[in-house]
Amino acid sequence: MSEQKAGGEPAVSTPESGSSKIETPDGGAGRLREVFRSDHPAVLTILAIVAAVVIGSILIIASDQATRTAASYFTAAPMDTFSAAWHAVSGAYVAIFEGSILNPSSLSSGDTATIFGPISETIVSATPLIFAGLSVTLAFRAGLFNIGAQGQILLAAIFAGYVGFSWHLPVVLHVIVAVLAGILGGALWAGLAGVLKAKTGAHEVITTIMLNYVALGLIQYLLGVHGFQAKPYNQAISPPVDHNALYPHLFGSALRANVAFLVAIAATVAVAWLLGRSTFGFRLRTVGANQDAARTAGISISRVYIVVMLIVGALAGLAGSAQVLGTSPQVTSDIDAGFGFDAITVSLLGRGSPIGTFWAGMLFGALRAGSVQLLASTNTPSDLVQVLQALIVLFIAAPGLVRLIFRLRRGAGGQTAVVAKGWNG
Amino acid sequence: MKLQLQGITKRFGTFTANDQIDLVVQPGEIHALLGENGAGKSTLMNVLYGLYEPTEGTILVDDAPVAFKGPGDAMAAGIGMVHQHFMLVPVLTVAENIMLGAEQTSRGMLDLRRARKLVRELSDRHHLEVDPDAKVEDLPVGIQQRVEILKALAREAKVLILDEPTAVLTPQETDHLMEVMRSLKEQGTSLVFISHKLREVREVADTITVIRRGKVVGTAEPTATAAELAALMVGRTVQLRVDKEPAQPRDVILDVDKLRVVDAAGQVLVDDISFSVRGGEIYAIAGVQGNGQTELTEAIVGLIEPASGRVVIDGEDVTEDTTYDILRAGVGYVPEDRAHDGLVSSFSIAENLVLDMHDQAPFGGRIQLNNKEIAKNAIARVEEFDVRTTSASAPASTLSGGNQQKVVLARELSRPLRLFVVSQPTRGVDVGSMEFVHKRIVAERDRGAAVLLVSTELDEVVSLADRIGVMYRGAIVGELPPTASAQEFGLLMGGQQGDTGDHDTKESA
Repeated sequence: MSEQKAGGEPAVSTPESGSSKIETPDGGAGRLREVFRSDHPAVLTILAIVAAVVIGSILIIASDQATRTAASYFTAAPMDTFSAAWHAVSGAYVAIFEGSILNPSSLSSGDTATIFGPISETIVSATPLIFAGLSVTLAFRAGLFNIGAQGQILLAAIFAGYVGFSWHLPVVLHVIVAVLAGILGGALWAGLAGVLKAKTGAHEVITTIMLNYVALGLIQYLLGVHGFQAKPYNQAISPPVDHNALYPHLFGSALRANVAFLVAIAATVAVAWLLGRSTFGFRLRTVGANQDAARTAGISISRVYIVVMLIVGALAGLAGSAQVLGTSPQVTSDIDAGFGFDAITVSLLGRGSPIGTFWAGMLFGALRAGSVQLLASTNTPSDLVQVLQALIVLFIAAPGLVRLIFRLRRGAGGQTAVVAKGWNG
Repeated sequence: MKLQLQGITKRFGTFTANDQIDLVVQPGEIHALLGENGAGKSTLMNVLYGLYEPTEGTILVDDAPVAFKGPGDAMAAGIGMVHQHFMLVPVLTVAENIMLGAEQTSRGMLDLRRARKLVRELSDRHHLEVDPDAKVEDLPVGIQQRVEILKALAREAKVLILDEPTAVLTPQETDHLMEVMRSLKEQGTSLVFISHKLREVREVADTITVIRRGKVVGTAEPTATAAELAALMVGRTVQLRVDKEPAQPRDVILDVDKLRVVDAAGQVLVDDISFSVRGGEIYAIAGVQGNGQTELTEAIVGLIEPASGRVVIDGEDVTEDTTYDILRAGVGYVPEDRAHDGLVSSFSIAENLVLDMHDQAPFGGRIQLNNKEIAKNAIARVEEFDVRTTSASAPASTLSGGNQQKVVLARELSRPLRLFVVSQPTRGVDVGSMEFVHKRIVAERDRGAAVLLVSTELDEVVSLADRIGVMYRGAIVGELPPTASAQEFGLLMGGQQGDTGDHDTKESA
């Protein structure tokens, strides 16, 4: 018969469920250490940015003419090379900082417009990025890949722009109606992809990409049609939007930042509420995480897809409205300014969280604003900004690489954010 | 070959998965490793197979210490492993799979002829019939497992580790596997048989080592009773028989009338099935996996649309209703594949506990969730159903199989039910939780609900059900009382019609 080897209860104090694998070191200091050593998403994000800045520095040095000249007589005067390299790197990053946050030399002027200019420019670039980023993020959470923010922005620009320049409504009302028109335009365009997905199973990646081309073709066509094209019909541009239809400026007319930024903050809060607190958000997340379980729980997947895409399009539509009713108040075929695609990287950097997307949008907005100053005041090509953006995303997408570089150990309980699940949807 | 583990300890951070484990596998014996899910059996075997490096301890092969850097070393030392999830390439043939990783070539070309010959030789010698040219993806699970075994044998394994091999098998396939194990043993191969199923272990093992919470808590002879083994495994006495009063059937609640389900390819999966379940009784569907049980339950709860026939619940025709409406009508549904269909593994336990009730008071309304109520509910359910977790906000993926099942049950049983449809309630569930799950099912019956139980475990069907229908190729081929013999069930499950009289015994072609 059975012979008991160990007497009594085993001294292991872990519960028998699998959850016992989670390490929970006691004490705040221990927990803090855990955060920094493990692959905590926030830490990985910051380290990805750091790594991108470092590699960016190397590229600056490599492309800097003065440094290369100094390097040719490196053995004679090595310090020349180092100082030239330092000059190039610091010059570039200082320019980005001055162009996006604050230029210290402007403080002495005492002119608020000059002092807050860089911040204002950051906000201007960040606003559409936040809207479009939220759009991609919300789709991600439902297991959908919205590659179509560009087309949705264009459609919104057509709708909002048309209402803006051809209708003439009283102040306040006009801008509201124009924004709503933009929302409608974006929602229709994305909703089309949603209906196709729900009713026919057409993959949203394909349909949204194709709809981008259709939107581009549509806007190019409209910009040659009387009634949409501005007189004297020799340029592919629409008439300027009525003053009443423009977003009011936030800090006076000298600075471009406008109320759309406040709407972006509100949209961030709204999306966070939708995901975390609303009944629909619960369904959306369930469908995004496990379609079969969603079906089994009685959730109508096709209805969720359609509604999600409508909201997703509305958010991208807000990005289009922010463009045409603020930054560039005339419809052109490049009014999307690449925000539709940058939105995907912003969303990736935001790791599927609305708040994360907001800050990622601010960062990318700052980089965009800084690139202007970079071009103006240094010899570093402003392409550096795009390289930085690409590197950040690259490192985000490859957390293993960041862990390797910074010698992080894999955290036992570290959760990897589910941001890129859409392909199997 | 003699295999010995001495003081094997494996830690993951502060968690000790294996604690000072000693184990001796004698040449030509079947050594069963018995333990609940999460007891550390698989970790130990992964150490043995070179997938994990032990924190402490040594492995000895024929009394000589060895250190495995990877599965390659273990294989070279004569250790073969059949994983719970097969490691086969579905689009390749049996011969190609067996050759994979040890390809034989002649003049730079793959020597498939030799591989085929090897497969035939091995399958003849060990009575493991397989067609070497069949594609793996076309084979049933039981045969795929044979291919895995052949693969290990082709690499001249002297010790074969079988990790929960019966979890995916039908009773018949299980019986056949046992025969194969015995025949391998007779030819001198040692086997390590990992399982948590007491009956199988007692049937086939020569020595049983019981592991609990990472430690060896005892060894036993196969003559030990199931109750003794269960107590050793769980750490307390366990009731294996289900205690229940005779059923007190009331009005008919579920009425299935000539239900027919046809798949996209036109194959009949559910063939004009009719039966009814009264309140206060458990009607079980027995049968070998894949005879239409899944489709039957899915059609009842509205997940798939039947081709014809009717499903009536409480006098109301719900055939055309959505799953949402059927659940609202007082139906509880536990799907057979809980990890896939019953839970969202990345969601917290609390969220999973309201998955199909998130828009019902008090958890939420049309617009907003009430996260406070959801959290409160979670604490109550976790307590009531004894879900072993550190926190109700932990993701469901951190739970063991048994505890995941408790979450699904807790959710479905937390609203008043008229009909409870429960599929494979204890698949992958450990003995300790099994007892609990069974008790809750009986309690639901006693509360007056109609219970439709679908299970491929005959023991479970017989001990829980009040009436049993046996399904074969989409039809109910006969009804038996739970007192019927295993033989009678076996015949029906194999498609032979029993002399059970007045039931619909139609069989599809």
